[in-house]
Amino acid sequence: MESVFGLVGKDFAIVAADSSAVHSILVHKTNEDKIMILDSHKLMGASGETGDRAQFTEYIQKNVALYQFRNGIPLTTAAAANFTRGELATALRKNPYMVNIIMAGYDKDIGPSIYFIDYIASLHKLDKAAFGYGSYFALSMMDRHYRKDMIVEEAIDLVDKIIMEIRSRLVVAPPNFVIKIVDKDGAREYAWRESIKDAPVPGV
Amino acid sequence: MSIFEYNGCALVAMVGKNCFAIASDRRLGVQLQTIATDFQKIYKIHEKLFIGLSGLATDAQTLYQRLVFRHKLYELREERDMKPETFASLVSALLYEKRELAKDFVVAGTASESLYGACESMFKPDMEPEELFETISQALLSSVDRDCLSGWGGHVYVVTPTEVTERILKGRMD
Repeated sequence: MESVFGLVGKDFAIVAADSSAVHSILVHKTNEDKIMILDSHKLMGASGETGDRAQFTEYIQKNVALYQFRNGIPLTTAAAANFTRGELATALRKNPYMVNIIMAGYDKDIGPSIYFIDYIASLHKLDKAAFGYGSYFALSMMDRHYRKDMIVEEAIDLVDKIIMEIRSRLVVAPPNFVIKIVDKDGAREYAWRESIKDAPVPGV
Repeated sequence: MSIFEYNGCALVAMVGKNCFAIASDRRLGVQLQTIATDFQKIYKIHEKLFIGLSGLATDAQTLYQRLVFRHKLYELREERDMKPETFASLVSALLYEKRELAKDFVVAGTASESLYGACESMFKPDMEPEELFETISQALLSSVDRDCLSGWGGHVYVVTPTEVTERILKGRMD
């Protein structure tokens, strides 16, 4: 089961997600990137049905880009989160997307923020959020160790503690995680935490 | 699994002497897990009109957005705020339900049975704003303490002809 979690620091936001792509009892790959970079200063970590996740996050990414093309300025994080919620809510009673989302962003005058959007389109702005079976461990660890205005090193330390907890306590624990960060310099990949590497494909 | 018990909510409103109070709990949950302890369930439509929405959080958010949209259009056309009775008709039309105007109190949410009991015993007609605030707060906190899906504090609005007071209650945080 997929884990995604995120937290807000002093002037940055971090989202971490496991990176296993699973089909029934088979692990297809262990380096699947589930955190989509929406634009220069927004991240969207998603968990849920694989096809829905890939399709929906790409749909949101393209619409965020379209807004910027049409209007010349980018969407704020709150606006992007509300747009995403609207799309999920419209589809909810016709053909629901089974995707849980943690959206993180950095706005110039507001600072960092994260938004929790579950698959039935409940939206809430939070300082710390988590989805999946891993959330039982992530939320408890964050309740214990999270403080407002943590610096990057402290936040990554907490993320590593959470990953360690998930790896050791969850029966079907995902081995690998990807961590992405967004701050005033933009959204980017921060690190991978891999305990299993895929076998390298030999070159032809 | 009932959609009315998925997120958890407790709502109560009371009428006093030339004033009213509306209160809610602050929990947002997903069944047994608590996601947030600062979730807004009472929304302001205009200065003298508040609506509390209980039940599935996603539907409450969608409904609130639709109601605000309708009210803003009304405001543009009529150049005035909607009267509460008119707004109540709008809400009941949207929900296909027949509305009932209560003269004392109304309750809603997963803690509604406890709230009915608490309000019935604590309520008196024509209370002043301060006493109304005390009564509604005690009724809310004692009821949510018996409901595992609602609680984590309270949010109370007291509205008089001249001002609106918003207060956060600290209750049992569990």
